[in-house]
Amino acid sequence: MDLRKVKTLIDLVQQSDITELEITEGEERVRISRGGLVAHQHVAAPMVYPNMLASTQEMLAQPAPAAVPEVPPEPQGHVLKSPMVGTFYRSSAPGGKSFVDVGQTVKADETVCIIEAMKLLNEIEAGVEGVIKKILVENGQPVEYGQPLMVIG
Amino acid sequence: MFGKILIANRGEIALRIQRACREMGIKTVVVHSEADAEAKYVKLADESVCIGPAPSSASYLNVPAIISAAEVTDAEAIHPGYGFLSENADFAERVNQSGFVFIGPRADTIRLMGDKVSAKNAMKKAGVPVVPGVDSALPEDPKEIIKIGREIGYPVIIKAAGGGGGRGMRVVHTEAALLNAVNTTRAEAQAAFNNPMIYMEKFLERPRHVEVQVIADKYKNALFLGDRDCSMQRRHQKIIEEAPAPLLNPRARARTAERCAEACRKIGYEGAGTFEFLYEGGEFYFIEMNTRLQVEHPVTEMITGLDLVQMQIRIAAGEKLALRQRDVELTGHSIECRINAEDPYKFTPSPGRITSLHMPGGPGIRVDSHAYNGYMVPPNYDSLIGKIIAYGDTRAQAIARLSIALSETVIEGIKTNIPLHQDLLRDAAFLRGGTSIHYLEEKLAKLVKAE
Repeated sequence: MDLRKVKTLIDLVQQSDITELEITEGEERVRISRGGLVAHQHVAAPMVYPNMLASTQEMLAQPAPAAVPEVPPEPQGHVLKSPMVGTFYRSSAPGGKSFVDVGQTVKADETVCIIEAMKLLNEIEAGVEGVIKKILVENGQPVEYGQPLMVIG
Repeated sequence: MFGKILIANRGEIALRIQRACREMGIKTVVVHSEADAEAKYVKLADESVCIGPAPSSASYLNVPAIISAAEVTDAEAIHPGYGFLSENADFAERVNQSGFVFIGPRADTIRLMGDKVSAKNAMKKAGVPVVPGVDSALPEDPKEIIKIGREIGYPVIIKAAGGGGGRGMRVVHTEAALLNAVNTTRAEAQAAFNNPMIYMEKFLERPRHVEVQVIADKYKNALFLGDRDCSMQRRHQKIIEEAPAPLLNPRARARTAERCAEACRKIGYEGAGTFEFLYEGGEFYFIEMNTRLQVEHPVTEMITGLDLVQMQIRIAAGEKLALRQRDVELTGHSIECRINAEDPYKFTPSPGRITSLHMPGGPGIRVDSHAYNGYMVPPNYDSLIGKIIAYGDTRAQAIARLSIALSETVIEGIKTNIPLHQDLLRDAAFLRGGTSIHYLEEKLAKLVKAE
């Protein structure tokens, strides 16, 4: 596999939406994968063929990705915990509008989500008045008794 | 075979079921209350689901929570263990309706055996010997009553149909006392339970508790796997169990065991089960059937070399029994001590943190316990923290090994009944074997008097 071929492949990956490309030709194998969600896009290609190594390393050397973004501090407030085992849903019907979103003000008796258990949809109330600070589980995620669902501050 | 089983129980039996599943390559989902979040088997499970707060009613008896947990984890079958929902026919039904396999008998079988009168009648029909008596209301006519008394044979016990738990009962030793006793008991029953219905049974004065282990598949194949003696009891709670039961009339034993297997075939029993009897004067008298795995199953496993939990799982998955009766061999003797977190002589519960734990080992010793160093025994459930089981070629060897094992055992931070067990394993009557179900309470009463 020659260098030009590799460069063509790299360009292909960069210009497309491909995140990972692996090509095997006989005993040679190339894998090119796009990096994660960082400021600098870089391409890493572990080469199987040793002869190519030095030059490809030069070509592929890229500056290190941006520093890991700061994790925001955990929001303060009342943690709404699941009163039952089931599946967490943010709306009353699939594809429907969510009951609440982050930033929304809710009353204590307002329905904020649904927990489905044994084919029954149970409406879960906020329990306190406040603002939805954070939603801790994904739509459709199974939850257990006592699992934190939302932070309401 | 199932890919994933949900274990709907706690404590040592949850660990036991998990071990069987792991050996078979089956993934385990363990449901637990908040109080059991730190349990050993919860940490070892492939998945665990907290189903409620500590109280059993909100967790281990919470049917919707358990079924919901099975749904969200895509479990295929549910093993109910013993106690809790294991003999709840409604639970078995709902499990099946929700698309899961209940590891145990069919709901209608559980229902049949749950009603003690219908169970007795079903057993009578199947040829299993029962406590002689009349299971319908005693008639009013004195002549009839006397006739029934003669038929049953003295001593008899008169029981209120609406009673139970030792209430509304009267023992009669002679015919002369019968009519008075019947009238008094009837009046008491009316006053206490608002139900004057009474019935009469033979009274067994010094019976032993002997039970027969059976196992049956879904194709009407049934086997008996020997018997157990569980007479060492306090307030109907077993403390020591052994297999096989010592000093039994061999013909009665063989005949009864065969009748139990036959009863299973007749009623289409599926899974593991135990027929409980009172044994007196060389005769067996059926009292009830437990349609589940029992706490004391290890002693049967030790003398048969079989894994009853794995057999339960295979049967539930639709496999045929791999054994025939002639393949079942009983070898040696096994004894189990139930280790409870309680004061050994006052029996007050002793929950709390185990600060130092050392379990015994060596030839012929098996330990079934979920306890570990630093484990917090919760106050919300029964006090059983483990079982120490010994196997020997003879009963004497099993007893010797068990005594040695208990002397090696260290459980600090809580009280346990190990001192009581050590006492019993030295007790002359126990060493002879064949003590009645009253023996332990009589012995404890003497100890109290001696103080």
